[in-house]
Amino acid sequence: MIKARPTGDSGLLLDTDVPPAWLAAAIERAGLPGVVDVVPGAATVLVLTGPGTADFADLAARISALPVTEPATSIAEVIEIPVHYDGADLADVAELTGLSVTEVIEAHSGGLYTVGWLGFSPGFGYLRGLDERLMKVPRLATPRVAVPAGSVAIAAGLAAVYPRVSPGGWRLLGHTSVRMWDEDRDPAALLSPARRVRFVAMAQRRTSRSPVPSAADASIGPAGAEAPDRPAGARHSPTGRVEPVRRRRSMGRVSR
Amino acid sequence: MIKPGPLATVQDLGRHGRGSIGVPPSGAADRASLIAANRLVGNPDGSAGLELTLGRAVFRCHGDLVIAVTGAPATVTVDRGAGTEPAPISFGACIEAAAGTVVSIGAPSAGLRCYVAVAGGVAVPAVLGSRSADLLSDLGGGPLRPGSTLPIGSDSAKAGEAGEAGAIYGSGITTRIVERGAVAELRVIGGPRLDWFEADALDRLCSGIYTVTPASNRTGLRLHGEPMLRSSGAELPSEGLVTGALQVPPDGLPILLLADHPTVGGYPVIACVASADLGLAAQLRPGDRLRFTSPAKAGRLGECSVGA
Repeated sequence: MIKARPTGDSGLLLDTDVPPAWLAAAIERAGLPGVVDVVPGAATVLVLTGPGTADFADLAARISALPVTEPATSIAEVIEIPVHYDGADLADVAELTGLSVTEVIEAHSGGLYTVGWLGFSPGFGYLRGLDERLMKVPRLATPRVAVPAGSVAIAAGLAAVYPRVSPGGWRLLGHTSVRMWDEDRDPAALLSPARRVRFVAMAQRRTSRSPVPSAADASIGPAGAEAPDRPAGARHSPTGRVEPVRRRRSMGRVSR
Repeated sequence: MIKPGPLATVQDLGRHGRGSIGVPPSGAADRASLIAANRLVGNPDGSAGLELTLGRAVFRCHGDLVIAVTGAPATVTVDRGAGTEPAPISFGACIEAAAGTVVSIGAPSAGLRCYVAVAGGVAVPAVLGSRSADLLSDLGGGPLRPGSTLPIGSDSAKAGEAGEAGAIYGSGITTRIVERGAVAELRVIGGPRLDWFEADALDRLCSGIYTVTPASNRTGLRLHGEPMLRSSGAELPSEGLVTGALQVPPDGLPILLLADHPTVGGYPVIACVASADLGLAAQLRPGDRLRFTSPAKAGRLGECSVGA
């Protein structure tokens, strides 16, 4: 079911009950005449046309007839983002959720995420799939003026990585050295709508500002090809919760 | 660039087709004026030129150049050196400027943005398909500084293209500027989220006068006037935005999105300004007044689309 809302004389906003990223991919794949850009949002897809050039009723009818499925690349590949869990808000997130820092890391790195849409800044992807225990973490009351590039963050039921230095109000769990945005690369953005993402916990750095697990917790066995160093909690938290391990197994991943 | 004035940037017609990875359209805020300048010097419509905010810019030509200045009307003075007196030239005319010539653009008498086209185009490096400076997303070059040098390219309109030199008259490509003290009329099309507002919201939007506030920039015009009240306190999930969208934040005062607007946002869009009126909107300066008119009610489209 698609409901189309005209947006000025150059856009059609589609309310959809399928994942907007899938519908956007289907529209781009179809190469419909007059379409100049397709922008998925959280629950909608905006189709941009030249000013006054499109017959919106016709365009909406053509779009409604398109087969919508998960894009093949999304099924085939998972983008892995290595994370150093040394974020400034890690301890606060633990307190807000009633989890230990280790459990927060385990919850964040244990999940399989999907890029819902991008926006806010170039290359900034809104990731769905956050562990239920982290869903209720709110944005900061006062946003930071400058969040460093590569900051791995959560807020309001979503996860993200800040591609570049920018203001931001999400809670910082850690950072990655992967370049999320590179203008000289094609595509410039590492993420695109519908892609799947996994965060992989890297060996912890120790800095004075980093509330990370103790050295004993982090000294886990050797990193496997698919499973780099991760803190103890990623396999067995102090409370004995092993859910993330089961989840990994169910996705066909090696768990030691 | 000897003096960039309050804000000078390189702009072409923007980077399009990358909204899905969060890249805004950017480009000249008043597209018609840039196109007019390009046509005057024989460039393709989409060549990059300079966008000067409130004029007051001075630059020196390091080669023999052909130049046109359009947009907000300002005095253009050409100092050809060698003992000659600096002379004013007609605004909107095509001039030859030999190497060493210093061109000064004064403060516009009305409107906000002047455009300078140079035959061959300004050839700063393209980023993601455009030479435009996107000041919100920091793409392309930033604001020009005193001492900035700009390479000139070899763009040329092909014979038979609309961009043939001087072919702006009768083409529908024209700068629209509201006179100082007058009220600009911007046509709007209701929606896509008109239903988030009270039933008579479109009528109310179109009944009052709004004033452009100093917090306005290339991202959008912030307006002061009648607040638009939402009918519910629900939060709108983020969705795609078009240039010209009237986003309504919780304070009810619409923000009219211009070229550097973000690709998605979570404030409901009550209406969108017709594409043909976006250049006029982009020429409004802080303190200017405007009124929205609604020739096409929500859902009825096409009546607002005007050529050019």
